[in-house]
Amino acid sequence: MPVMSYIQAVTAALQEEMQRDEKVFVLGEDVGKKGGVFGATKGLHDEFGEYRVLDTPLAESAIAGVGIGAAMYGMRPVAEMQFADFIMPAVNQIISEAAKMRYRSNNDWNVPMTIRAPYGGGVHGALYHSQSVESVFANQPGLKIVIPSTPYDVKGLLKASIRDNDPVLFFEHKRAYRLLKSDVPEDDYVLPIGKADVKREGSDVTVITYGLSVHFALQAAEKLEEEGIDTHILDLRTVYPLDQEAIIEAAQKTGKILLITEDNKEGSIIGEVAAIIAENCLFELDSPIQRLAGPEIPAMPFSPTMEKYFMINPDKVENAIRDLAEF
Amino acid sequence: MATEKINMPQLGESVTEGTISSWLVGAGDKIKKYDPIAEVMTDKVNAEVPSSFTGVIKELVAQEGDTIQVGDLMCYINIENSSSDSEGESAPSEQIEEKQTTARKEAAGEQSMKRRYSPAVLKLAQEHDIDLEQVNGTGQGGRITRKDIETLIVSGDKSVRTTPQSNIEAPGIQPSTSPQPEQQASAKSGGTEIPVTGVRKAIAQNMVRSTQEIPHAWMAVEADVTDLVSYRNQIKNEFKQQEGYSLTFFAFFVKSVAQALKEFPQLNSTWAEDKIIQHQDINLSIAVAKHQELFVPVIKNADEKSIKGIAREINDLAMRARSGKLTSDDMQGGTFTVNNTGSFGSVQSMGVINHPQAAILQVESIVKRPVIINDMFAARDMVNLCLSLDHRVLDGLIAGQFLARVKEMVEHTNANTTNIY
Repeated sequence: MPVMSYIQAVTAALQEEMQRDEKVFVLGEDVGKKGGVFGATKGLHDEFGEYRVLDTPLAESAIAGVGIGAAMYGMRPVAEMQFADFIMPAVNQIISEAAKMRYRSNNDWNVPMTIRAPYGGGVHGALYHSQSVESVFANQPGLKIVIPSTPYDVKGLLKASIRDNDPVLFFEHKRAYRLLKSDVPEDDYVLPIGKADVKREGSDVTVITYGLSVHFALQAAEKLEEEGIDTHILDLRTVYPLDQEAIIEAAQKTGKILLITEDNKEGSIIGEVAAIIAENCLFELDSPIQRLAGPEIPAMPFSPTMEKYFMINPDKVENAIRDLAEF
Repeated sequence: MATEKINMPQLGESVTEGTISSWLVGAGDKIKKYDPIAEVMTDKVNAEVPSSFTGVIKELVAQEGDTIQVGDLMCYINIENSSSDSEGESAPSEQIEEKQTTARKEAAGEQSMKRRYSPAVLKLAQEHDIDLEQVNGTGQGGRITRKDIETLIVSGDKSVRTTPQSNIEAPGIQPSTSPQPEQQASAKSGGTEIPVTGVRKAIAQNMVRSTQEIPHAWMAVEADVTDLVSYRNQIKNEFKQQEGYSLTFFAFFVKSVAQALKEFPQLNSTWAEDKIIQHQDINLSIAVAKHQELFVPVIKNADEKSIKGIAREINDLAMRARSGKLTSDDMQGGTFTVNNTGSFGSVQSMGVINHPQAAILQVESIVKRPVIINDMFAARDMVNLCLSLDHRVLDGLIAGQFLARVKEMVEHTNANTTNIY
């Protein structure tokens, strides 16, 4: 089984899906000849040609709009937003058109489109290259939001997103692109959208998170194991709609819950996770539900010290888990 | 002179590691801050790594061709003007750390959170009858954690279990002197712990209540039932054929007891603190065992029924008890209990009164025994009738007269005196 980086898993999934189904095509800024600013679409232009790997103008609203139209006519577009921060001009297309099309047309039309976007900080990207934007879209029935945490999940979930008959936002953590590597099977597999995944079994504290923070939680858990603190880690994988059953089960497991997101705390995905736990698990709770998140600051700062202060890291996670374990 | 580390810098967005393509310096080289020390290749860029200090290269840790994670050590450098800042900084931080440790130690002995129970802890404690006052918490401020309780449950430690309190105390007896069941030991290795539920729990509660509340007194008489035995044996086959169920000895005794109770209503009564209630109806409870359970269904107005009617009702109640079809109505309204302990082969026993009744009669096993009649030995069918009585309601005199009357009736049961229909 080959070892792949997170971004290689993205490329592999795109390539395999384009080989499998000729209706699948890629569009976005610099995705063609250049192969994307991060290299996610590297080699696709050579293999599939300019009609299936489309370089677009710098107009995100148009990228989403073209994708929606093509999808409604039976194509399976995979649109790339160069950075998740740039998705804002396309919000109207995504929320008002893509998300609502099936409902609005009484099931006559649907939008089998995937929108990929690198998100997240910790790479000196500053304001316009570091944001987490998932919560903007996380109360729009009709949309699905997938945020994978490992190369294995990337491949299985991106394939599932492309094959899904409704619009999926697929957010990839840009710091994870080359940081995370793991075994990824060469064969054709898909992972279910809407299902969370237990990344580590434990009995003292439950951590529920997604994206790169899963990786930080795993690192912290490994360190804390030496102190005898046993951490249970649930990776949400799909942050909208949430896998309520898995969240309840994981919360009940230990009764001490730490929720982590890199996003600003107020109004983030994990607030909804906290509400699900509060609604269902009162008599299993052994401590207040804790949230570890970014501060209420408009964006990731550029200054390295300030960026470090803003970002989640293994030390912060470790301290938060220890505090809960000792409570 | 101080030694500093030079680590792999972050060379671009999403870059997490770099490969050293060549060192531009060697050990012993003097360099200035920002001088390039190595060429590094990443999958995005090739770049030169600048020195972070002015000084002399001490040792190259990474080799050419090595791939180094961002933040990992590349080389050591000796700095001539060793800044006192770095040393000055480290000292206070150690002090702070020390302070934190002592603070944590102090917190360990503290018990301020001992009674702050989380919903999970309260729920588990209630489900497993755990007295939280007796549990030592390992959480912050002595807080009892869910894990503390779970560990306790798994360990089977019962020293922290709450003792079930009977909410009815015997009159005049202070709660403090009421007998508390001894703390039971947990099942030793190899033993089984059977949870007490349902009927078993109800039986236990009734028995405890009865023995704690009622001052029991006992007496027993011996009756010669040779005639009764021969009479019953003579007609039992025909009866079974005609009626379809057995004519048991027990039915004869129940009939006699019902009749005797009519003559001695004092035994058909209930203690009610400031009064004794004598019941009009004679409703006889009979004990029926089924596996682990004990039921006491009631033969209502037993004094108005024939032996045959009683036999049929005993048969009916026993069948329904064993098939689990008794209704709560079947078991209510008993005023006196007749217990067929003889069916287990018992010859003597001390029954626990079926609260709130005033007495219970145990009909023991009928045994052939040598008896002296007119100075001669005779083989006779003998039975012991054992009575437990509520000494608040009854004294030896009445109870003795009642027993004597029952004895007289069963001894004179034969074909001439008694009609089973």
